[in-house]
Amino acid sequence: MNNNLFTYCLRLGDNGLILSHRIAEYCSAGPQLEEDLAITNVGLDLLGQAESFLKYAADIKGAGTTEDDLAFKRKEKEYRCVHLTEIPNIDYAFIMARQFLMDTYNFYLFKKLCSSKDTIIAGISAKAIKEITYHLNRSSDWIVRLGQGTDESHKRIQTAFNDLWMFTDELFETDEIEKDLANQGIGVDSSSLKKDWENKIKEVFSLAGLEKPTIEKHSLAYGKFGFHTEYLGFLLAEMQHIPLLYPDAKW
Amino acid sequence: MMEDSKKLEEFQAKIDADVKIEPKDWMPDKYRQNLIRQISQHAHSEIIGMQPEGNWLTRAPSLRSKKILMAKIQDEAGHGLYLYCAAETLGVKREQFLKWLHDGVAKYSSVFNYPTLSWADIGAIGWLVDGAAIVNQVSLQGTSYGPYSRAMVKICKEESFHQRQGYEIIVNLANGTKEQKQMAQDALDRWWWPSIMMFGPHDADSAHSNQSLKWKIKRESNDELRQRYIDKTIHQGEHLGLTFPDENLSWNDKTNHYDYSPIDWDEFWNVVKGNGPGNKARLAHHTKAHNDGAWVREAAIAFQEKQKLKSKIA
Repeated sequence: MNNNLFTYCLRLGDNGLILSHRIAEYCSAGPQLEEDLAITNVGLDLLGQAESFLKYAADIKGAGTTEDDLAFKRKEKEYRCVHLTEIPNIDYAFIMARQFLMDTYNFYLFKKLCSSKDTIIAGISAKAIKEITYHLNRSSDWIVRLGQGTDESHKRIQTAFNDLWMFTDELFETDEIEKDLANQGIGVDSSSLKKDWENKIKEVFSLAGLEKPTIEKHSLAYGKFGFHTEYLGFLLAEMQHIPLLYPDAKW
Repeated sequence: MMEDSKKLEEFQAKIDADVKIEPKDWMPDKYRQNLIRQISQHAHSEIIGMQPEGNWLTRAPSLRSKKILMAKIQDEAGHGLYLYCAAETLGVKREQFLKWLHDGVAKYSSVFNYPTLSWADIGAIGWLVDGAAIVNQVSLQGTSYGPYSRAMVKICKEESFHQRQGYEIIVNLANGTKEQKQMAQDALDRWWWPSIMMFGPHDADSAHSNQSLKWKIKRESNDELRQRYIDKTIHQGEHLGLTFPDENLSWNDKTNHYDYSPIDWDEFWNVVKGNGPGNKARLAHHTKAHNDGAWVREAAIAFQEKQKLKSKIA
Protein backbone atom coordinates (compact mmCIF):
# COMPACT_ATOMS: atom_id res chain seq x y z
CA MET A 1 0.00 0.00 0.00
CA ASN A 2 1.17 3.52 -0.84
CA ASN A 3 0.99 5.01 2.67
CA ASN A 4 1.80 8.54 1.67
CA LEU A 5 -0.82 8.67 -1.03
CA PHE A 6 -3.37 7.07 1.32
CA THR A 7 -2.77 9.70 4.02
CA TYR A 8 -2.83 12.48 1.46
CA CYS A 9 -6.23 11.34 0.15
CA LEU A 10 -7.53 11.19 3.72
CA ARG A 11 -6.45 14.78 4.27
CA LEU A 12 -8.20 15.95 1.11
CA GLY A 13 -11.28 13.85 1.85
CA ASP A 14 -11.58 14.65 5.54
CA ASN A 15 -11.52 18.41 5.02
CA GLY A 16 -14.59 18.09 2.81
CA LEU A 17 -16.23 15.50 5.02
CA ILE A 18 -16.03 17.50 8.23
CA LEU A 19 -16.76 20.92 6.73
CA SER A 20 -19.80 19.51 4.91
CA HIS A 21 -20.95 18.03 8.21
CA ARG A 22 -20.84 21.45 9.85
CA ILE A 23 -22.92 22.76 6.96
CA ALA A 24 -25.36 19.87 7.38
CA GLU A 25 -25.78 20.88 11.03
CA TYR A 26 -26.86 24.31 9.83
CA CYS A 27 -29.71 22.86 7.74
CA SER A 28 -32.94 24.91 8.11
CA ALA A 29 -31.24 27.56 10.24
CA GLY A 30 -30.09 30.01 7.52
CA PRO A 31 -30.84 33.74 7.69
CA GLN A 32 -33.19 33.33 4.74
CA LEU A 33 -34.40 30.58 2.47
CA GLU A 34 -32.12 31.51 -0.43
CA GLU A 35 -29.12 31.08 1.87
CA ASP A 36 -30.33 27.72 3.13
CA LEU A 37 -30.38 26.61 -0.50
CA ALA A 38 -27.00 28.09 -1.41
CA ILE A 39 -25.08 26.84 1.59
CA THR A 40 -26.52 23.35 1.19
CA ASN A 41 -25.21 23.41 -2.38
CA VAL A 42 -21.74 24.08 -1.04
CA GLY A 43 -22.13 21.31 1.54
CA LEU A 44 -23.22 18.86 -1.13
CA ASP A 45 -20.24 19.70 -3.33
CA LEU A 46 -17.85 19.21 -0.41
CA LEU A 47 -19.46 15.92 0.52
CA GLY A 48 -19.15 14.71 -3.06
CA GLN A 49 -15.46 15.65 -3.12
CA ALA A 50 -14.95 13.88 0.20
CA GLU A 51 -16.63 10.76 -1.13
CA SER A 52 -14.35 10.70 -4.19
CA PHE A 53 -11.15 11.07 -2.18
CA LEU A 54 -12.21 8.58 0.48
CA LYS A 55 -13.14 6.09 -2.22
CA TYR A 56 -9.68 6.49 -3.72
CA ALA A 57 -8.12 6.07 -0.27
CA ALA A 58 -10.23 2.94 0.29
CA ASP A 59 -9.06 1.50 -3.04
CA ILE A 60 -5.45 2.18 -2.08
CA LYS A 61 -5.96 0.46 1.26
CA GLY A 62 -7.66 -2.50 -0.41
CA ALA A 63 -8.86 -5.60 1.49
CA GLY A 64 -12.46 -4.67 0.80
CA THR A 65 -12.27 -1.28 2.51
CA THR A 66 -15.03 1.10 1.45
CA GLU A 67 -15.35 4.87 1.54
CA ASP A 68 -18.03 4.42 4.22
CA ASP A 69 -15.62 2.45 6.41
CA LEU A 70 -13.21 5.37 6.22
CA ALA A 71 -15.87 8.02 6.72
CA PHE A 72 -17.64 6.36 9.65
CA LYS A 73 -15.42 3.81 11.31
CA ARG A 74 -12.12 5.49 12.06
CA LYS A 75 -10.90 6.60 15.48
CA GLU A 76 -10.70 10.32 16.09
CA LYS A 77 -6.89 10.34 15.81
CA GLU A 78 -7.10 8.73 12.39
CA TYR A 79 -8.98 11.68 10.85
CA ARG A 80 -6.81 14.14 8.95
CA CYS A 81 -8.96 17.26 8.63
CA VAL A 82 -7.56 20.68 9.55
CA HIS A 83 -8.81 22.40 12.71
CA LEU A 84 -10.58 25.12 10.78
CA THR A 85 -13.13 22.62 9.42
CA GLU A 86 -13.97 21.47 12.95
CA ILE A 87 -14.98 24.87 14.36
CA PRO A 88 -18.69 24.92 15.27
CA ASN A 89 -21.33 27.15 13.64
CA ILE A 90 -21.10 29.99 16.15
CA ASP A 91 -23.05 32.45 14.00
CA TYR A 92 -23.45 33.29 10.33
CA ALA A 93 -20.31 35.45 10.42
CA PHE A 94 -18.22 32.54 11.70
CA ILE A 95 -19.80 30.21 9.15
CA MET A 96 -18.97 32.52 6.25
CA ALA A 97 -15.51 33.45 7.55
CA ARG A 98 -14.62 29.76 7.99
CA GLN A 99 -15.97 29.05 4.52
CA PHE A 100 -14.09 31.91 2.91
CA LEU A 101 -10.77 30.92 4.49
CA MET A 102 -11.24 27.31 3.36
CA ASP A 103 -12.59 28.23 -0.09
CA THR A 104 -9.57 30.41 -0.76
CA TYR A 105 -7.22 27.64 0.34
CA ASN A 106 -9.10 25.00 -1.66
CA PHE A 107 -9.14 27.21 -4.74
CA TYR A 108 -5.35 27.46 -4.99
CA LEU A 109 -4.80 23.88 -3.85
CA PHE A 110 -7.20 22.29 -6.34
CA LYS A 111 -6.05 24.53 -9.16
CA LYS A 112 -2.64 22.89 -8.76
CA LEU A 113 -4.04 19.41 -8.18
CA CYS A 114 -5.80 19.58 -11.57
CA SER A 115 -2.37 18.93 -13.12
CA SER A 116 -1.45 16.13 -10.71
CA LYS A 117 0.36 13.22 -12.37
CA ASP A 118 -2.04 10.95 -10.54
CA THR A 119 -4.94 10.78 -13.00
CA ILE A 120 -7.54 10.07 -10.32
CA ILE A 121 -6.55 13.07 -8.20
CA ALA A 122 -6.41 15.20 -11.36
CA GLY A 123 -9.85 13.97 -12.39
CA ILE A 124 -11.51 14.64 -9.04
CA SER A 125 -9.83 18.05 -8.90
CA ALA A 126 -10.93 19.04 -12.41
CA LYS A 127 -14.54 18.58 -11.33
CA ALA A 128 -13.99 20.09 -7.88
CA ILE A 129 -12.32 23.28 -9.09
CA LYS A 130 -15.49 24.33 -10.91
CA GLU A 131 -17.46 23.93 -7.70
CA ILE A 132 -14.82 25.64 -5.56
CA THR A 133 -14.64 28.61 -7.92
CA TYR A 134 -18.34 29.18 -7.26
CA HIS A 135 -17.86 28.65 -3.51
CA LEU A 136 -15.12 31.27 -3.41
CA ASN A 137 -17.15 33.78 -5.43
CA ARG A 138 -20.07 33.31 -3.09
CA SER A 139 -18.14 33.54 0.17
CA SER A 140 -16.07 36.51 -1.05
CA ASP A 141 -19.29 38.36 -1.87
CA TRP A 142 -20.64 37.67 1.59
CA ILE A 143 -17.45 38.85 3.29
CA VAL A 144 -17.66 42.16 1.42
CA ARG A 145 -21.41 42.44 2.09
CA LEU A 146 -21.01 41.79 5.82
CA GLY A 147 -17.89 43.95 6.09
CA GLN A 148 -19.64 46.89 4.46
CA GLY A 149 -23.23 46.24 5.53
CA THR A 150 -24.06 47.58 8.97
CA ASP A 151 -21.95 48.37 12.04
CA GLU A 152 -23.16 45.14 13.59
CA SER A 153 -22.33 42.96 10.61
CA HIS A 154 -18.90 44.61 10.31
CA LYS A 155 -18.17 43.95 13.96
CA ARG A 156 -19.36 40.34 13.77
CA ILE A 157 -17.38 39.41 10.66
CA GLN A 158 -14.23 41.10 12.00
CA THR A 159 -14.63 39.19 15.29
CA ALA A 160 -15.07 35.93 13.40
CA PHE A 161 -11.85 36.46 11.46
CA ASN A 162 -9.98 37.54 14.60
CA ASP A 163 -11.03 34.34 16.37
CA LEU A 164 -10.52 31.99 13.41
CA TRP A 165 -7.21 33.43 12.31
CA MET A 166 -5.15 31.26 14.64
CA PHE A 167 -6.38 28.20 12.77
CA THR A 168 -5.07 29.35 9.40
CA ASP A 169 -1.37 28.64 9.89
CA GLU A 170 -2.12 24.91 9.83
CA LEU A 171 -3.26 25.22 6.22
CA PHE A 172 0.32 25.88 5.09
CA GLU A 173 2.09 23.42 7.36
CA THR A 174 3.86 20.77 5.37
CA ASP A 175 5.53 17.42 6.14
CA GLU A 176 7.53 14.66 4.48
CA ILE A 177 4.40 13.10 3.00
CA GLU A 178 3.47 16.24 1.13
CA LYS A 179 7.02 16.93 0.10
CA ASP A 180 7.41 13.43 -1.27
CA LEU A 181 4.18 13.64 -3.27
CA ALA A 182 4.96 17.17 -4.44
CA ASN A 183 8.35 15.97 -5.69
CA GLN A 184 6.61 13.27 -7.69
CA GLY A 185 4.17 15.81 -9.16
CA ILE A 186 1.24 14.07 -7.47
CA GLY A 187 0.46 16.35 -4.52
CA VAL A 188 1.08 19.95 -3.51
CA ASP A 189 3.42 21.30 -0.85
CA SER A 190 0.98 23.37 1.24
CA SER A 191 3.58 26.00 2.06
CA SER A 192 3.66 26.90 -1.65
CA LEU A 193 0.03 28.08 -1.45
CA LYS A 194 0.53 30.70 1.22
CA LYS A 195 1.40 33.67 -0.99
CA ASP A 196 -1.60 33.33 -3.31
CA TRP A 197 -3.87 32.73 -0.35
CA GLU A 198 -2.63 35.82 1.47
CA ASN A 199 -3.03 37.99 -1.62
CA LYS A 200 -6.61 36.90 -2.14
CA ILE A 201 -7.46 37.46 1.52
CA LYS A 202 -5.87 40.89 1.35
CA GLU A 203 -7.87 41.79 -1.75
CA VAL A 204 -11.22 40.76 -0.26
CA PHE A 205 -10.45 42.30 3.14
CA SER A 206 -9.64 45.56 1.43
CA LEU A 207 -12.98 45.54 -0.42
CA ALA A 208 -14.77 44.62 2.80
CA GLY A 209 -12.94 47.20 4.95
CA LEU A 210 -11.63 44.50 7.29
CA GLU A 211 -8.36 44.36 9.21
CA LYS A 212 -6.06 41.38 8.84
CA PRO A 213 -5.61 39.83 12.29
CA THR A 214 -2.04 39.76 13.53
CA ILE A 215 -1.80 36.46 15.40
CA GLU A 216 0.39 34.00 13.45
CA LYS A 217 0.99 30.75 15.26
CA HIS A 218 -1.53 28.91 17.36
CA SER A 219 -0.42 25.38 18.00
CA LEU A 220 2.21 22.79 17.43
CA ALA A 221 -0.28 19.96 17.03
CA TYR A 222 -2.38 19.97 13.90
CA GLY A 223 -5.48 18.18 12.65
CA LYS A 224 -3.81 17.08 9.44
CA PHE A 225 -1.39 15.08 11.61
CA GLY A 226 -4.16 13.57 13.75
CA PHE A 227 -4.28 16.02 16.68
CA HIS A 228 -7.69 17.64 16.80
CA THR A 229 -9.77 20.27 18.56
CA GLU A 230 -12.11 19.23 21.36
CA TYR A 231 -14.99 19.77 18.95
CA LEU A 232 -14.22 16.86 16.65
CA GLY A 233 -14.99 14.09 19.13
CA PHE A 234 -18.56 15.28 19.59
CA LEU A 235 -19.05 15.71 15.86
CA LEU A 236 -17.85 12.15 15.25
CA ALA A 237 -19.97 10.72 18.06
CA GLU A 238 -23.01 12.01 16.21
CA MET A 239 -21.83 11.22 12.69
CA GLN A 240 -20.74 7.66 13.52
CA HIS A 241 -23.75 6.90 15.72
CA ILE A 242 -25.62 4.44 13.48
CA PRO A 243 -22.67 2.56 11.90
CA LEU A 244 -21.16 1.97 15.36
CA LEU A 245 -24.47 0.93 16.93
CA TYR A 246 -25.25 -1.55 14.12
CA PRO A 247 -21.83 -2.68 12.87
CA ASP A 248 -23.20 -5.53 10.74
CA ALA A 249 -25.94 -3.60 9.02
CA LYS A 250 -25.81 -2.23 5.48
CA TRP A 251 -27.71 0.97 4.66
CA MET B 1 -72.94 45.34 -7.31
CA MET B 2 -74.22 44.59 -10.80
CA GLU B 3 -70.72 44.96 -12.13
CA ASP B 4 -69.36 42.60 -9.49
CA SER B 5 -71.83 39.88 -10.27
CA LYS B 6 -71.03 40.23 -13.96
CA LYS B 7 -67.33 39.94 -13.17
CA LEU B 8 -68.01 36.95 -11.01
CA GLU B 9 -69.95 35.29 -13.81
CA GLU B 10 -67.12 35.90 -16.27
CA PHE B 11 -64.62 34.61 -13.74
CA GLN B 12 -66.57 31.39 -13.21
CA ALA B 13 -66.88 30.97 -17.00
CA LYS B 14 -63.10 31.14 -17.30
CA ILE B 15 -62.69 28.58 -14.54
CA ASP B 16 -65.26 26.30 -16.18
CA ALA B 17 -63.40 26.58 -19.49
CA ASP B 18 -60.12 25.65 -17.73
CA VAL B 19 -58.51 29.00 -18.49
CA LYS B 20 -55.83 29.72 -15.88
CA ILE B 21 -56.26 32.78 -13.68
CA GLU B 22 -53.14 34.97 -13.70
CA PRO B 23 -51.96 37.50 -11.05
CA LYS B 24 -53.25 40.62 -12.82
CA ASP B 25 -56.64 39.14 -13.71
CA TRP B 26 -59.69 40.13 -11.72
CA MET B 27 -60.56 37.55 -9.06
CA PRO B 28 -63.07 37.45 -6.21
CA ASP B 29 -61.61 38.42 -2.84
CA LYS B 30 -62.51 35.06 -1.40
CA TYR B 31 -60.66 33.28 -4.20
CA ARG B 32 -57.60 35.39 -3.45
CA GLN B 33 -57.87 34.81 0.30
CA ASN B 34 -58.39 31.09 -0.17
CA LEU B 35 -55.27 30.85 -2.36
CA ILE B 36 -53.18 32.98 -0.01
CA ARG B 37 -54.10 30.60 2.80
CA GLN B 38 -53.56 27.41 0.83
CA ILE B 39 -50.34 28.30 -1.03
CA SER B 40 -48.65 29.82 2.02
CA GLN B 41 -49.67 26.83 4.12
CA HIS B 42 -48.14 24.63 1.46
CA ALA B 43 -44.93 26.73 1.46
CA HIS B 44 -44.70 26.63 5.26
CA SER B 45 -45.11 22.84 5.16
CA GLU B 46 -42.11 22.51 2.84
CA ILE B 47 -39.98 24.67 5.12
CA ILE B 48 -41.03 23.18 8.44
CA GLY B 49 -40.68 19.73 6.82
CA MET B 50 -36.94 20.35 6.54
CA GLN B 51 -36.64 19.99 10.32
CA PRO B 52 -37.71 16.38 10.99
CA GLU B 53 -35.46 15.27 8.12
CA GLY B 54 -32.62 17.55 9.13
CA ASN B 55 -32.81 15.80 12.50
CA TRP B 56 -31.13 12.75 10.89
CA LEU B 57 -28.91 14.48 8.33
CA THR B 58 -25.97 14.56 10.74
CA ARG B 59 -26.54 10.87 11.53
CA ALA B 60 -27.11 9.54 8.00
CA PRO B 61 -25.38 6.15 8.04
CA SER B 62 -23.55 6.26 4.69
CA LEU B 63 -22.04 8.90 2.43
CA ARG B 64 -24.55 8.06 -0.28
CA SER B 65 -27.57 8.36 2.01
CA LYS B 66 -26.22 11.61 3.45
CA LYS B 67 -25.79 13.13 0.00
CA ILE B 68 -29.27 12.07 -1.06
CA LEU B 69 -30.90 13.35 2.10
CA MET B 70 -29.04 16.65 1.88
CA ALA B 71 -30.15 17.08 -1.73
CA LYS B 72 -33.69 16.18 -0.77
CA ILE B 73 -33.87 18.72 2.05
CA GLN B 74 -32.45 21.30 -0.32
CA ASP B 75 -35.26 20.48 -2.76
CA GLU B 76 -37.78 21.12 0.01
CA ALA B 77 -36.26 24.56 0.56
CA GLY B 78 -36.55 25.13 -3.20
CA HIS B 79 -40.21 24.09 -3.16
CA GLY B 80 -40.83 26.52 -0.33
CA LEU B 81 -39.22 29.24 -2.40
CA TYR B 82 -41.35 28.60 -5.53
CA LEU B 83 -44.47 28.52 -3.39
CA TYR B 84 -43.70 31.72 -1.48
CA CYS B 85 -43.06 33.36 -4.86
CA ALA B 86 -46.38 32.03 -6.19
CA ALA B 87 -48.15 33.27 -3.06
CA GLU B 88 -46.48 36.68 -3.31
CA THR B 89 -48.15 37.22 -6.70
CA LEU B 90 -51.38 37.55 -4.72
CA GLY B 91 -50.13 40.73 -3.07
CA VAL B 92 -48.62 39.56 0.23
CA LYS B 93 -44.87 39.74 0.99
CA ARG B 94 -42.84 36.79 2.26
CA GLU B 95 -42.02 38.61 5.50
CA GLN B 96 -45.75 38.80 6.23
CA PHE B 97 -46.24 35.09 5.51
CA LEU B 98 -43.44 34.30 7.97
CA LYS B 99 -44.95 36.58 10.58
CA TRP B 100 -48.29 34.78 10.24
CA LEU B 101 -46.46 31.48 10.64
CA HIS B 102 -44.57 32.62 13.73
CA ASP B 103 -47.70 34.14 15.28
CA GLY B 104 -49.56 30.85 14.81
CA VAL B 105 -52.07 32.44 12.43
CA ALA B 106 -50.92 30.35 9.46
CA LYS B 107 -50.73 26.57 9.62
CA TYR B 108 -48.49 23.98 8.03
CA SER B 109 -49.02 20.28 7.49
CA SER B 110 -49.55 18.73 10.90
CA VAL B 111 -47.62 15.62 9.94
CA PHE B 112 -44.36 17.48 10.54
CA ASN B 113 -45.21 17.82 14.21
CA TYR B 114 -44.46 14.14 14.69
CA PRO B 115 -40.91 13.26 15.77
CA THR B 116 -38.35 11.36 13.66
CA LEU B 117 -37.05 8.74 16.09
CA SER B 118 -34.90 6.49 13.92
CA TRP B 119 -33.21 6.39 10.53
CA ALA B 120 -36.20 4.39 9.29
CA ASP B 121 -38.36 7.47 9.84
CA ILE B 122 -36.41 9.18 7.05
CA GLY B 123 -37.51 6.31 4.84
CA ALA B 124 -41.08 6.55 6.09
CA ILE B 125 -41.26 10.30 5.45
CA GLY B 126 -40.16 9.80 1.85
CA TRP B 127 -42.30 6.75 1.21
CA LEU B 128 -45.46 7.73 3.10
CA VAL B 129 -45.47 11.48 3.73
CA ASP B 130 -44.05 12.42 0.33
CA GLY B 131 -46.09 9.60 -1.20
CA ALA B 132 -49.25 11.19 0.18
CA ALA B 133 -48.12 14.68 -0.78
CA ILE B 134 -47.54 13.60 -4.39
CA VAL B 135 -51.11 12.35 -4.75
CA ASN B 136 -52.32 15.77 -3.68
CA GLN B 137 -49.76 17.68 -5.72
CA VAL B 138 -50.30 15.76 -8.95
CA SER B 139 -53.95 16.73 -8.65
CA LEU B 140 -52.99 20.36 -7.93
CA GLN B 141 -51.06 20.64 -11.20
CA GLY B 142 -54.50 21.30 -12.63
CA THR B 143 -55.35 24.04 -10.14
CA SER B 144 -56.94 27.15 -11.64
CA TYR B 145 -54.35 29.70 -10.45
CA GLY B 146 -51.52 29.85 -13.01
CA PRO B 147 -48.49 30.50 -10.73
CA TYR B 148 -49.59 27.79 -8.29
CA SER B 149 -50.19 25.28 -11.06
CA ARG B 150 -46.77 25.94 -12.63
CA ALA B 151 -45.02 25.64 -9.25
CA MET B 152 -46.74 22.28 -8.78
CA VAL B 153 -45.53 20.92 -12.13
CA LYS B 154 -41.94 21.64 -11.11
CA ILE B 155 -42.42 20.30 -7.59
CA CYS B 156 -44.02 17.05 -8.73
CA LYS B 157 -40.92 16.11 -10.74
CA GLU B 158 -38.77 16.32 -7.63
CA GLU B 159 -41.28 14.78 -5.27
CA SER B 160 -41.34 11.52 -7.17
CA PHE B 161 -37.56 11.29 -6.62
CA HIS B 162 -38.19 11.89 -2.90
CA GLN B 163 -40.76 9.17 -2.71
CA ARG B 164 -38.37 6.69 -4.35
CA GLN B 165 -35.54 7.81 -2.05
CA GLY B 166 -37.70 7.04 0.98
CA TYR B 167 -38.92 3.74 -0.37
CA GLU B 168 -35.34 2.70 -1.12
CA ILE B 169 -34.41 3.25 2.53
CA ILE B 170 -37.38 1.12 3.63
CA VAL B 171 -36.51 -1.61 1.09
CA ASN B 172 -32.94 -1.77 2.40
CA LEU B 173 -34.15 -1.98 5.98
CA ALA B 174 -36.81 -4.57 5.22
CA ASN B 175 -34.16 -6.74 3.53
CA GLY B 176 -31.56 -6.07 6.23
CA THR B 177 -30.87 -7.46 9.68
CA LYS B 178 -33.63 -8.32 12.13
CA GLU B 179 -33.09 -5.03 13.94
CA GLN B 180 -33.31 -3.10 10.69
CA LYS B 181 -36.56 -4.79 9.76
CA GLN B 182 -37.99 -3.96 13.18
CA MET B 183 -36.92 -0.38 12.66
CA ALA B 184 -38.85 -0.24 9.37
CA GLN B 185 -41.97 -1.78 10.94
CA ASP B 186 -41.82 0.62 13.87
CA ALA B 187 -41.61 3.58 11.47
CA LEU B 188 -44.60 2.30 9.48
CA ASP B 189 -46.56 1.84 12.71
CA ARG B 190 -45.98 5.44 13.72
CA TRP B 191 -46.26 7.19 10.33
CA TRP B 192 -49.14 5.36 8.65
CA TRP B 193 -52.02 7.13 10.36
CA PRO B 194 -50.46 10.61 10.35
CA SER B 195 -49.86 10.19 6.59
CA ILE B 196 -53.53 9.29 6.04
CA MET B 197 -54.59 12.35 8.03
CA MET B 198 -52.53 14.59 5.74
CA PHE B 199 -55.47 14.74 3.32
CA GLY B 200 -57.47 16.60 5.94
CA PRO B 201 -61.00 16.06 7.28
CA HIS B 202 -63.60 13.96 5.50
CA ASP B 203 -65.37 15.81 2.69
CA ALA B 204 -68.48 16.33 4.77
CA ASP B 205 -66.46 18.12 7.47
CA SER B 206 -64.06 20.11 5.32
CA ALA B 207 -64.56 23.85 5.80
CA HIS B 208 -63.05 25.09 2.54
CA SER B 209 -63.67 22.17 0.21
CA ASN B 210 -66.84 22.99 -1.72
CA GLN B 211 -65.92 26.48 -2.81
CA SER B 212 -62.37 25.35 -3.56
CA LEU B 213 -63.65 22.62 -5.87
CA LYS B 214 -66.04 25.02 -7.62
CA TRP B 215 -63.20 27.42 -8.26
CA LYS B 216 -60.90 24.55 -9.17
CA ILE B 217 -58.35 25.58 -6.55
CA LYS B 218 -58.66 21.95 -5.51
CA ARG B 219 -59.45 19.45 -8.23
CA GLU B 220 -60.43 16.43 -6.18
CA SER B 221 -61.86 15.97 -2.72
CA ASN B 222 -59.89 15.00 0.40
CA ASP B 223 -61.49 11.55 0.54
CA GLU B 224 -60.89 10.77 -3.13
CA LEU B 225 -57.22 11.67 -2.81
CA ARG B 226 -56.85 9.78 0.48
CA GLN B 227 -58.33 6.64 -1.05
CA ARG B 228 -55.98 6.84 -4.05
CA TYR B 229 -52.99 7.11 -1.70
CA ILE B 230 -54.09 4.12 0.39
CA ASP B 231 -54.81 1.99 -2.68
CA LYS B 232 -51.39 2.60 -4.20
CA THR B 233 -49.40 2.22 -0.98
CA ILE B 234 -50.64 -1.03 0.55
CA HIS B 235 -48.99 -3.41 -1.89
CA GLN B 236 -45.70 -1.50 -1.60
CA GLY B 237 -45.60 -2.32 2.11
CA GLU B 238 -46.94 -5.85 1.88
CA HIS B 239 -44.42 -6.64 -0.86
CA LEU B 240 -41.70 -5.99 1.74
CA GLY B 241 -43.34 -8.14 4.41
CA LEU B 242 -44.39 -5.13 6.48
CA THR B 243 -47.73 -4.97 8.27
CA PHE B 244 -49.95 -1.89 8.23
CA PRO B 245 -51.24 -0.89 11.67
CA ASP B 246 -54.92 -1.32 10.78
CA GLU B 247 -56.67 -4.61 11.37
CA ASN B 248 -59.62 -3.59 9.20
CA LEU B 249 -57.54 -2.94 6.13
CA SER B 250 -58.91 -5.16 3.35
CA TRP B 251 -59.59 -5.08 -0.37
CA ASN B 252 -63.22 -4.49 -1.23
CA ASP B 253 -64.23 -6.10 -4.53
CA LYS B 254 -67.42 -4.07 -4.75
CA THR B 255 -65.82 -0.66 -4.46
CA ASN B 256 -62.49 -1.70 -6.00
CA HIS B 257 -60.77 0.08 -3.14
CA TYR B 258 -59.27 -0.76 0.24
CA ASP B 259 -61.53 -0.42 3.28
CA TYR B 260 -59.86 1.03 6.37
CA SER B 261 -60.65 1.77 10.01
CA PRO B 262 -62.17 5.06 11.15
CA ILE B 263 -59.60 7.82 11.49
CA ASP B 264 -58.85 9.18 14.96
CA TRP B 265 -59.94 12.76 14.33
CA ASP B 266 -59.41 13.72 17.96
CA GLU B 267 -55.71 13.14 17.47
CA PHE B 268 -55.77 15.05 14.17
CA TRP B 269 -57.45 18.15 15.64
CA ASN B 270 -55.32 17.98 18.74
CA VAL B 271 -52.16 18.19 16.63
CA VAL B 272 -53.63 20.88 14.36
CA LYS B 273 -54.45 22.96 17.44
CA GLY B 274 -50.84 22.90 18.55
CA ASN B 275 -50.67 19.96 20.94
CA GLY B 276 -48.66 17.59 18.76
CA PRO B 277 -45.31 16.29 19.98
CA GLY B 278 -43.34 18.78 17.91
CA ASN B 279 -45.49 21.87 17.31
CA LYS B 280 -43.73 24.13 19.78
CA ALA B 281 -40.21 22.97 18.95
CA ARG B 282 -40.71 23.26 15.17
CA LEU B 283 -42.04 26.80 15.41
CA ALA B 284 -39.45 27.82 17.99
CA HIS B 285 -36.64 26.55 15.74
CA HIS B 286 -37.96 28.44 12.72
CA THR B 287 -38.57 31.62 14.67
CA LYS B 288 -35.12 31.51 16.25
CA ALA B 289 -33.39 30.94 12.89
CA HIS B 290 -35.34 33.86 11.43
CA ASN B 291 -34.53 36.17 14.35
CA ASP B 292 -30.88 35.09 14.46
CA GLY B 293 -30.63 35.93 10.75
CA ALA B 294 -32.11 39.43 11.08
CA TRP B 295 -28.71 41.15 11.26
CA VAL B 296 -27.58 39.29 8.11
CA ARG B 297 -30.64 40.38 6.14
CA GLU B 298 -30.24 43.96 7.41
CA ALA B 299 -26.58 43.93 6.36
CA ALA B 300 -27.45 42.66 2.88
CA ILE B 301 -30.04 45.43 2.44
CA ALA B 302 -27.72 48.12 3.80
CA PHE B 303 -24.97 46.97 1.46
CA GLN B 304 -27.31 47.05 -1.52
CA GLU B 305 -28.41 50.59 -0.64
CA LYS B 306 -24.79 51.72 -0.40
CA GLN B 307 -24.06 50.21 -3.81
CA LYS B 308 -27.03 52.04 -5.33
CA LEU B 309 -25.86 55.29 -3.83
CA LYS B 310 -22.36 54.75 -5.20
CA SER B 311 -23.62 54.08 -8.71
CA LYS B 312 -25.76 57.25 -8.55
CA ILE B 313 -22.78 59.36 -7.55
CA ALA B 314 -20.63 57.77 -10.22
